Amino acid sequence: MAQVHLRDVVKNYGPLEVVHSINLDIADNEFVVLVGPSGCGKSTTLRMIAGLEEISGGEIFIGDNVVNDLPPRERNISMVFQNYALYPHMTVRENLGFSLKIAKRPQAEIDKAVDEAAEILSLTPLLDRKPGALSGGQRQRVAMGRAIVRHPDVFLFDEPLSNLDAKLRTQMRVEIKKLHQKVRSTIVYVTHDQVEAMTLADRIVIMRDGHIEQIGTPLDVFENPVNTFVATFIGSPPMNLLNGVVRDGAVVLEDGTTVPVPPGYQAREGQAVQLGMRADNVMPVGHSLPPTEHMAQIEMDVNLTEPLGTETLLFAELAGAEVQAKMLNPRPVEAGERMTFQVMLDKCHLFDAESGAALRG
Amino acid sequence: MASNAAHRTRRRALKWLHFFGLFLAMMVLCVPGLWVVLNSFRPTVEIMAKPPVWIPNELNLDHYRAMFGGVGEGGVPVLTYFRNSLIISVTSTVIALLVGMSGGYAFARFRFKGKAWIFVGLMCTRAVPGVALSLPLFIIFARVGIIDTHFGMILTYVAMNVPFTIWLIDGFFRQIPPSLAEAAQIDGCTRWQAFWQVEFPVAKAGIASAGIFAFLTSWNEYALASQLTRSVTSKTMPVGLLDFQAEFTLNWGGMCALAVLMIIPALILTFLVQKHLIAGLTFGGVKG
Repeated sequence: MAQVHLRDVVKNYGPLEVVHSINLDIADNEFVVLVGPSGCGKSTTLRMIAGLEEISGGEIFIGDNVVNDLPPRERNISMVFQNYALYPHMTVRENLGFSLKIAKRPQAEIDKAVDEAAEILSLTPLLDRKPGALSGGQRQRVAMGRAIVRHPDVFLFDEPLSNLDAKLRTQMRVEIKKLHQKVRSTIVYVTHDQVEAMTLADRIVIMRDGHIEQIGTPLDVFENPVNTFVATFIGSPPMNLLNGVVRDGAVVLEDGTTVPVPPGYQAREGQAVQLGMRADNVMPVGHSLPPTEHMAQIEMDVNLTEPLGTETLLFAELAGAEVQAKMLNPRPVEAGERMTFQVMLDKCHLFDAESGAALRG
Repeated sequence: MASNAAHRTRRRALKWLHFFGLFLAMMVLCVPGLWVVLNSFRPTVEIMAKPPVWIPNELNLDHYRAMFGGVGEGGVPVLTYFRNSLIISVTSTVIALLVGMSGGYAFARFRFKGKAWIFVGLMCTRAVPGVALSLPLFIIFARVGIIDTHFGMILTYVAMNVPFTIWLIDGFFRQIPPSLAEAAQIDGCTRWQAFWQVEFPVAKAGIASAGIFAFLTSWNEYALASQLTRSVTSKTMPVGLLDFQAEFTLNWGGMCALAVLMIIPALILTFLVQKHLIAGLTFGGVKG
């Protein structure tokens, strides 16, 4: 059993506090992704779980044990590093078997475990090479192999794909997901790439400036962001945010356009708000999904188009802000063309302009 | 066509010029060594001949025979000097490497107060010419009673080499990403095991090169050794060369023969370790 619990975990570097009292419960076999912009404390958090950084306050549990003072080797974890950290003087076989050799397991058992891991990751033909003679993707797989041979309680991944090119990254993402299905185990995965987070995670932990902003399933954080940070960080293209004021149950944008308050949200009369809508929910009339109950119409000038084949991304202007919209079954659009857009209100969000918090009713 | 031919001639000329330049450079480096080896094998008459004899008429082992012969026949205690040199150089190199590894690792990995200044201080010690210290060292060593001992020489050479080995080895450890040792710790190593199992083997090539430098420095050092060694109990080979110097004569042939004996172990060592240097494939374990 390997749940991981963080209780009020704090990390200081001297007077500088970089992780502020975070709490997190990770279930057995769960794939949790810590995501956030660089400097948000996600890697530090992971390294504290690994035991590579000391904890300045709070408690970390792996299974039922407090591991605060245990060195990394006694935590039964394994970790895949951003730069792979393969041992350059050892062959792939020796790299994979290193942890078992250190644990003084019998050679036959080591060979069996190495062959098994090599099989899972299709490394068998590379076993006698040194890391220097491998490509980036192969090194990545060796690093993963080294992590799985010893059947740890928890796998830690520290931005493992960020040194790969885009195509390989997509491929390895799939491999990691498959690996998790094969080797059921608890995984804590750190990335700054929200696409990686969305595609891999059972649950996403979004961090900023040493705080956890939101924890939830990928769909949950996508559909119900708790604040504007999460709203703009998760999803691509980022959510459009428009400044406005609430009057008579509608949001009045700066140019006077009114959009009804989205269902499920509540705001005071006169409250300064930000209306959030994703490009997928703003579509030109005639090129959109079939209308639903909650619809609003707005008119915008299109400034720029990005044809993507099955759809075209439109960059329009509304109330002094740029709005990205999607056009299904695209037709050619001239820059400067004025179009009428349908906004799916039930997919829109309302945030307090000052605190950025979602105004759920 | 014509320009093509001209181009080719020019290229060929440049190539030959290049070879010639290399030849000159190699000559400057090699001729003195060659001359030493040559002189050790030929009679004194030929060594002293003016104009110099380039192609030897006769090669023999007379100087070597005399050197290993009895005291009356121009012999010197070569084997004793060799043993002294070996003991002093090897011991001081091993100690300098151990201290250099600990110090270099500390400088590369840890943060501590006054780090930059300590480092600069170490480098400053290199700025003092060794000979300048010979008199103070002589007096201190004489008082303490370690003049003319292996111990005294080893101490001197360790002090001379340590700043250099620290500086060199620090550079090699710096190139090894800390994540290697971290990965080893996660794989079950203690901090100590992580060093010996991973960081040390990876830095081996660099440590070996620091070792060569330290060894050669001690092996070839003359100025301090000539002051601090007095008798056969501690005289090293470079100091032994002076045995060939009498009041009015210089036995060039004998000197050259001893010099050859000095050069050979240094050459062998360099060749042995060179293999290690080439085999040192530090990178590849970390990103492409």
